[in-house]
Amino acid sequence: MLTIKNLHVEVDGKAILKGIDLEVHAGEVHAIMGPNGSGKSTLSNVLAGRDGYTVTQGDVLYQGDNLLQYEPDERACRGVFLAFQYPVEIPGVNNVYFLKAAVNAIRQYQGKEELDAMDFMALMKQKMTLVKMDNTLLKRSVNEGFSGGEKKRNEILQMAMLDPKLAILDETDSGLDIDALRIVAEGVNQLRHSQRSIVMVTHYQRLLSYIVPDYVHVLSEGQIVKSGDKNLALELEEKGYGWITEEVA
Amino acid sequence: MPDTATEVASLVDKDYEHGFVTDIEADTVPPGLNEDVIRLISQKKNEPDFMLEWRLKAYRHWLTLQPPHWAHINFPEIDYQAISYYSAPKSDKERPKSLEEVDPKLLETYEKLGIPLEEQKMLAGVAVDAVFDSVSVATTFKDKLAKEGVIFCAFSEALQTHPELVKQYLGSVVPMTDNYFATLNSAVFSDGSFVYIPKGVRCPMELSTYFRINASHTGQFERTLIVAEEGSYVSYLEGCTAPRRDENQLHAAVVELVALDNAQIKYSTVQNWYPGDENGQGGIYNFVTKRGDCRGHHAKISWTQVETGSAITWKYPSCVLTGDHSVGEFYSVALTHHHQQADTGTKMVHLGKHTTSTIISKGISAGQGQNAYRGLVRIAKQADNARNYTQCDSLLMGSRCGAHTFPSVEVKNPTATLEHEASTSKISDDQLFYCLQRGISEEDAVSMIVNGFCKEIFKELPMEFAVEAQKLLDMSLEGAVG
Repeated sequence: MLTIKNLHVEVDGKAILKGIDLEVHAGEVHAIMGPNGSGKSTLSNVLAGRDGYTVTQGDVLYQGDNLLQYEPDERACRGVFLAFQYPVEIPGVNNVYFLKAAVNAIRQYQGKEELDAMDFMALMKQKMTLVKMDNTLLKRSVNEGFSGGEKKRNEILQMAMLDPKLAILDETDSGLDIDALRIVAEGVNQLRHSQRSIVMVTHYQRLLSYIVPDYVHVLSEGQIVKSGDKNLALELEEKGYGWITEEVA
Repeated sequence: MPDTATEVASLVDKDYEHGFVTDIEADTVPPGLNEDVIRLISQKKNEPDFMLEWRLKAYRHWLTLQPPHWAHINFPEIDYQAISYYSAPKSDKERPKSLEEVDPKLLETYEKLGIPLEEQKMLAGVAVDAVFDSVSVATTFKDKLAKEGVIFCAFSEALQTHPELVKQYLGSVVPMTDNYFATLNSAVFSDGSFVYIPKGVRCPMELSTYFRINASHTGQFERTLIVAEEGSYVSYLEGCTAPRRDENQLHAAVVELVALDNAQIKYSTVQNWYPGDENGQGGIYNFVTKRGDCRGHHAKISWTQVETGSAITWKYPSCVLTGDHSVGEFYSVALTHHHQQADTGTKMVHLGKHTTSTIISKGISAGQGQNAYRGLVRIAKQADNARNYTQCDSLLMGSRCGAHTFPSVEVKNPTATLEHEASTSKISDDQLFYCLQRGISEEDAVSMIVNGFCKEIFKELPMEFAVEAQKLLDMSLEGAVG
């Protein structure tokens, strides 16, 4: 699904990622953990194609194809989804309208027929139960005035609607209380699928107790310094990141 | 990663779709302005004496005035002697009785604009008093309106058929001495629309006039007068497009609205005149005086405007709230792009007791566009319990444009309640990236964000107009982000 080879990325001339290698197969869930400033968000943003990140070296293959050649909207249409750490508010744009535009843009790109209003709403109703989304949120503008938990649920609802092949969850647990975290995690778990890969970027282990990863990677100073299974996350929780960085040094 | 600025530049450079010129022989007065020209205009239109007197008085006053320089706009001095003050299609001498008699070239122009009169007849009950250059060439739905006693005709026609009404109300809202451009208009106005809604009548359809400037070098001086008698209601739509021109064209219109007791006038404008090219060459100068007088108690006047065109817009649709419990509203979207400049806003003058006014202004600036909101809320001494709510929002796209807000308030009565809210925002890279990451193209994303920003205004427009307005914004803004 996703192969990252020796990826080097600069931001404003400063090297942030210094040779990342990662292989994610279909159906797998990978957690990328690391202290602040280790390059976790940079990795998410580069995969999604955000402006301001310069790839100086290395390759990213997605479904065997060079991912970096595509514009951000094309990547989305090809099945790459990023759940934002800070979902953006768009005043005056209705949440449902936005989602319908997104769903149909992607369907169009993939050569599928656009969904009409009836089919769309039916699908929407079904997916909303995944994240226990309240109907009233549909009438509001995209993320405007949403609480932290509502925003993150909205992200997962979008993920459910857009049906991506590769989902990158950037600090999805940040700003969530324990109940909201559980709802969001359950939503994600129901979206786990043999044909879908999930890359979770997180600072804390707690998300991983709810969404149990197949692999855990530790990112430090722009490199993956240790990989393992879910037990690695537990070890990190216990000992902190200092242990790893010292061990590597 | 693509460079957003260059990408934007290429997307933005979309030619003005309505830039074409219809080749019709025009009956044009040589350039220049003096009393003889005014006499000639009046004579050509076979006007009653009072009209000529009025024009001459205005002209003599105009000679004593200086062009205003207070607005936040820049343009070279206009040579008023280089402008031709009258232009009528040849067919004017033998007025067409029906569409069949209308110059086919003219009809073709409408076809190009997407507003064929033939279709208009059947469409949505909209009667069109089409103004092509200065003379109205075709008016539809007259019979249906006549049944209700509604008068909707060319201004020049009203001068022939209802001179007493014109005489009673002309200049009663915008005096001929009002300002430089209004005074000029009073002297040389060519034609426009006249609307009269009798007592208690709810006008059965939206009244609509399409303006179009055509003959080269011809200033366009429209005059519109709408009178709503006691308890009546009318919704009037004004929409404009203009052909491509290299030299700047002056447009100085005057619109006067009079609403008597319990009457309501809704005046909507979608303005799409040629804004000039991406280097700021050409384009229309739009210096308009629009004012409504809520002369009776419980009268209501609403101005809704979507301004996307013109090189320079200088326009302040205003309400004078004379009657007790009268209501004034102003809803505006003004967009400036490339080198466009807009200085627009409103005045709400509260004279009556318990009068209320609402101002919602949305300015969008892209490219090197400059957008200024200028508003005045005046509460007179006798206007007890007056209320105003003002909201000014600006949206900036790119880093070379500007948004300016000049609100002013004069309150002479302590019982007044005024609220003012203002915001300035930028279409952020975050918002755009968020949309892109959901598979939505940059163009669609910008359109979505801008339309979201303008939503409050669009919902005030009649349905067909709202759709047109949305299209206009999309067209004017494709990819305008940097």
